[in-house]
Amino acid sequence: MKDAPGTRDYDWLLLAILAAICALGVIEIYSATHGSSLTGMHMKQVRWLVIGFVLMFALSRLDYHLILDQAPALYLLGIAALVAVLLVGHTRFGAKRWINVPGIGELLQVSELVKLIIIIVLARFFAEVRSDQLDLRDLIKAGLLVGVPLVLILKQPDLGTALVLIPLLVVGAFLAGLQWQHAAIFSLAGILLVGAVFYPPVSRRILKPYQRERITSFLHPEEDAKGSGYQLLQSKIAVGSGGFWGKGFSNGSQNQLGYIPVRYSDFIMSAWAEEQGFKGVLLALGLYMALLLRLVQNAQRAKDRAGMFLVMGVAAALGFHVLVNVAMVIGAMPVTGIPLPLMSYGGSATLFVFLAIGLVMNVRLRRFVN
Amino acid sequence: MSYWFRNDNRLPQARLAIASYIIVGMIGVLLLGFWKLQVIDADKYSSMAERNRVRYIPVIAPRGRMLDREGRVLVDNRPSFSVLLLRDDLAQVQKHLSSISEGLDIPLDDLREQLNNTKNLPKFQPIIIKPDASPADVAFIESHRSDIPVLEMIPVQRRRYLPGGFLAHVAGYVGEVSEQQIEASNDKLRPGDFAGKTGLERQYNDLLQGTDGMRRVVVNSVGKEVERLSTQEAISGKQILLTIDYDLQQVAEQSLGARPGAAVALDPRTGEVLAMVSHPALDPNDFAVRISANDWKSLNEDPHRPLLNRAIQAQLAPGSVFKIVTATAMLEDKNPPESFTTFCPGYATFYGRQFKCWVYGKSSHGVVGLHKAILESCDIFFYNVGMRLGIDRLSYYGTKFGLGRKTGIDLPSEEPGLMPSAEWVERVFHRKWYAGETISVSTGQGAVITTPLQLARMIGGIAMGGVFKQPHLLKDAPNVGEERFALSEPTVEKITDAMYGVVNEEGGTARNVRLPGIEVAGKSGTAQVIGYATRERFGKQKKFEDNAWFVGYAPRRNPEIVVAVLVQESGKHGGEAAGPVVKDVIKAYYDKKNKKTQGQETAESKRPPESSKVPVASAVRVPRTAGKPDESAAVVPVSASTDPRR
Repeated sequence: MKDAPGTRDYDWLLLAILAAICALGVIEIYSATHGSSLTGMHMKQVRWLVIGFVLMFALSRLDYHLILDQAPALYLLGIAALVAVLLVGHTRFGAKRWINVPGIGELLQVSELVKLIIIIVLARFFAEVRSDQLDLRDLIKAGLLVGVPLVLILKQPDLGTALVLIPLLVVGAFLAGLQWQHAAIFSLAGILLVGAVFYPPVSRRILKPYQRERITSFLHPEEDAKGSGYQLLQSKIAVGSGGFWGKGFSNGSQNQLGYIPVRYSDFIMSAWAEEQGFKGVLLALGLYMALLLRLVQNAQRAKDRAGMFLVMGVAAALGFHVLVNVAMVIGAMPVTGIPLPLMSYGGSATLFVFLAIGLVMNVRLRRFVN
Repeated sequence: MSYWFRNDNRLPQARLAIASYIIVGMIGVLLLGFWKLQVIDADKYSSMAERNRVRYIPVIAPRGRMLDREGRVLVDNRPSFSVLLLRDDLAQVQKHLSSISEGLDIPLDDLREQLNNTKNLPKFQPIIIKPDASPADVAFIESHRSDIPVLEMIPVQRRRYLPGGFLAHVAGYVGEVSEQQIEASNDKLRPGDFAGKTGLERQYNDLLQGTDGMRRVVVNSVGKEVERLSTQEAISGKQILLTIDYDLQQVAEQSLGARPGAAVALDPRTGEVLAMVSHPALDPNDFAVRISANDWKSLNEDPHRPLLNRAIQAQLAPGSVFKIVTATAMLEDKNPPESFTTFCPGYATFYGRQFKCWVYGKSSHGVVGLHKAILESCDIFFYNVGMRLGIDRLSYYGTKFGLGRKTGIDLPSEEPGLMPSAEWVERVFHRKWYAGETISVSTGQGAVITTPLQLARMIGGIAMGGVFKQPHLLKDAPNVGEERFALSEPTVEKITDAMYGVVNEEGGTARNVRLPGIEVAGKSGTAQVIGYATRERFGKQKKFEDNAWFVGYAPRRNPEIVVAVLVQESGKHGGEAAGPVVKDVIKAYYDKKNKKTQGQETAESKRPPESSKVPVASAVRVPRTAGKPDESAAVVPVSASTDPRR
């Protein structure tokens, strides 16, 4: 197998879309934090973006088949890291999600890395399924592969990241030839589970108090004036009061006066929508749509099934992030703590996205190679 | 390539196309959601953004009052207003800045600087631009409510101290908390809060300080309160009952007058501080609000050191008062024996150097025994005794009597003084003790330095037969520290008889302190601020006058009251300058006691009715820090005894 991809083979359109989204993020982080004690946060984000770009190019040089070769080892490594977090991890904001990486000094959120590993592992697993029809045995095997890390992440607790693993499985199974009757059965099970979560007598047994509180406040925001219902309400007020044209850069009262919760991170879309209005939202969501469609296009042109599964795994993760985060911002979903890819401030999350895009580039670079 | 890989390029193109449609549909649905909020319901949310501004406004808890031992109010609160600048709308603030500066009489530059310093705080947090609004300020704000919307007032409680610096050093004062205080407070204090800075305000800050309440209000676009949602009431601080007797304090303040110095009155039976005065004093009401950096600097650099609480911080040579230590050591050690006498020609030579008696050049004491030596304060006698005892014994007794270490009074920043010893010069100066130094120390000169409080505690304790109670200011404090150093009965008898003689017998140095019907005893001291030799060179300038001491008590044995008075640079003999203050305080004590026993009207019956009902914090330990000899002696320079303002 030859391996000589040139710069011409990179997906420059994809990179342009990526850069545009990052720019919107940096602008809004600046607007949300300048003149406050968080001044300078946008520059920290730029630093993460630069590191991300470098990692992305580095990962794209390494043939993805070699990475898929190591899938079982990566899987075990991921599980071990999650167990390590539970044992010796750092607790922040009431959850054990971080681990101190010696030499780097930064606290790494392990579950972000695990998302990437699960994308790789599922791509390898589904690529090995030889038939066009995914039988029940393989489906359950794939479910177990995802189930173990999912439970470990839930234990941290980090409901948001745990949920991201589910669309990876769903999209992978769908493309691997999921049969309609299986889809129907699992949809029903899923609906029952979601129903149970919203049904207090059951949710009391399976959810943490703060998770139940988020559900309650999502269903009845007005009952919870200062908790997460308040956050959702303030976010909706911010978005709504932005109107079609927006209040202008660094001019949103909800944003500038600090009513939007974590306005530079999980709720950055809220700040953006307040200051840039519906026209700004159109631009941002347009860019995300372009990004996701471009990913699907890359999957369609992949050289083999393994590459296609890799790219679609990335698309599923990013799409789910966008859906859940933006729906939360407009008050259509409870607060889950899922950031908006590339716009929200955050080191581990930004690195995850760039590494994921690195996998996509990897597949694209090798589409003609044979 | 590994076993699992087969060039498998069957791609599910149909299902990938479905994925594309799902993506477009998802973004479309999200956009619909935004359309509903931002276009259809935009007006509704705009008005909610305008209205929905919930603020938390602190309700400041009043500090606890300080009452004297009879419940009379010493430190109180008064209502006041703080002026707030609302910064939600900075454009509005800028627009009105100059009229605010004019109306409230704040320099424009000051306002700009305050805005600049606080630009990192969330904009919905108002800043205090004037902490104590005058009636004119209040009128200005009220009359401009509509046209200057960025001003607001909040009611606060300010400290009110007795005027003219009465009890100023004991009470201390409050001020805006420092960074260190915030850090040490475990999140209890925030910037801008007030807390005790000195004195009892600082010592008992945790008690005096209440818990601030919180008001939840809705504010409009400039940050003004338009609706109150809920209020969490503030909890006032506890009031504290002090051992201070207002009447005695007043007598002590007046009797000391304008002279720099200090007076401390203790009940040696309990350690209760009945009065404590330090002059010059400042009026703490001036700091109750805010003090400018310039004023603060000039106070700190004032050569009269008005911020110093001389009763616990002035470390000066005790002079002849120290002879009581030398005398007690002599009697206890029987070295020289009790019958020891010496001849005083007005001077004597030790180790090749001439030492003078205070009567040198005027007269001489002739043949002197212990009793007469204390009465007439003969230096020559004590030089000889000191020489025989040696520094180790003097230092041993001095330390046992509490010199060179803190008394543990419940006030911050007490100084330990210094009781020199051979071990001390070794440690600090890395040299041997010179025998000649012992001669100076035996009469309270040289390196030995003490505070007025230490001397009051020492003389009171010796007259009690060797029971030293920890001085304290909080009434009814449990666990008051006590040190016992058993002195033999004959020793105590001879020493107290001699101190009685100082006041009441022919030849005593303080016969002016005599009070008919009261057994007043005591010891005078006149300490050189600088050596006599230097003084002769410079002439008799005021700057080098002697410090006058008198420590008096009554009755002769097991006293009820001991008063130590220091008058700095009086140029007079101790009994002459400081004695009358002691006399006045002891007289006031007995006058009051006699009135009380005769059932006449006293302050007890005049007590303000409301204060007696309020519960008083008493479950507080007086910190027990006294005990370690030589504590921090190393930091005291030896020259301290010759600096008049130490």
